[in-house]
Amino acid sequence: MCPECDAELNIPADAMENEIIACPDCGAELEIISLNPLQLELAPEVEEDWGE
Amino acid sequence: MINVGIVGGSGYTGGELLRLLHFHPLVDVTQITSRQQAGRYVHTVHPNMRGISKLQFIHPDALQTCDVLFLCLPHGEAARQIDYYATLAPTIIDLSADFRLNTPEEYERWYGHPHPAPEWLARFIYGLPEVNRTLLRGAAYASGVGCNATAVNLALRPLIGLLDHAAIEIKVGSSEGGNSPNEGSHHPIRSGAVRTYKPTGHRHMAEIQMILGTDIQTHFAVTAIEMVRGIHLTAHCYFNQPQTEKDLWKLYRAAYRDEPFIRLVSGKTGLHRFPEPRIVAGTNYCDIGFEVDADGKHVVVIAALDNLGKGAAGSAVQCMNLMLGFDECMGLQFPGIYP
Repeated sequence: MCPECDAELNIPADAMENEIIACPDCGAELEIISLNPLQLELAPEVEEDWGE
Repeated sequence: MINVGIVGGSGYTGGELLRLLHFHPLVDVTQITSRQQAGRYVHTVHPNMRGISKLQFIHPDALQTCDVLFLCLPHGEAARQIDYYATLAPTIIDLSADFRLNTPEEYERWYGHPHPAPEWLARFIYGLPEVNRTLLRGAAYASGVGCNATAVNLALRPLIGLLDHAAIEIKVGSSEGGNSPNEGSHHPIRSGAVRTYKPTGHRHMAEIQMILGTDIQTHFAVTAIEMVRGIHLTAHCYFNQPQTEKDLWKLYRAAYRDEPFIRLVSGKTGLHRFPEPRIVAGTNYCDIGFEVDADGKHVVVIAALDNLGKGAAGSAVQCMNLMLGFDECMGLQFPGIYP
């Protein structure tokens, strides 16, 4: 489940730790922290720079 | 194939209907009326139809019987002639406000004069498929929907029972005003406008109360902005009890998971994280998104639709599909253009 919106996620069978997957509903980019047990976290995001 | 007539086809909703119906695989638009444009080819008024439709406008008096009539007349005119139109077609979809409300009293309250044909009100189904799908299947008569009301109703309906009140701001494009020029549509006045023209008491509130009920206090203001097509809704909603973002996802998914023309747009990444009118321009989609404030008691709901599409002609075609037993999405799958 997506930790942000609870959407069901399809984790590829060959997924690897530290891989980034995207939630199909909310678009959150999720990092696979561990595969067994499966643990996902929001991937770090580059903040928008709005200037001075 | 069914034969369809469009009455009052020179306006913007009439043109949008013609565009949609022309590419509907089970529809043949055989007649389109206009008093002012009778005799002219439709592309002289709707230039996007040049080389596509060879139809010419006919005078309303020349209208022949057909399978389905779409009425795109100014408010009040369809109700005055509904007995006549009913002799021409077994199925009628009226895009005006004449048959949207349930009772003559409500109509008079919001439109300021007695309903010309009150006995017809109960025969029309309010044409919002997401609410009245079952009633629309096999129905003979359907009303159109108010474009602003549709944005509010679709955006807030999943929250009924949770909300204490909601304050809504709707930004609208100039095509909401129709194709008859007036003082407010004059270019020096309209261009660049950010003009709130109805802070309270908009007529579409009647449709909102009809669909959402009166338990939720809703207030909405309408502001004209520099846009031709489109509605952008921002609703500040206040819950009785705190909710989480996941709670909201659950509610909206439950309400709209199977709806073909509602998309949940609450993105965590990318440029277009929330609904935008230009993404849905020309389509039958209503995009809805939300973000819950840190205290969990306040959520901002955002929605966008095309006032001529999902807010008028698109919903009308969706209704026709349901009324005649066609695939509900037929003729409506244009995804819009981007950028």
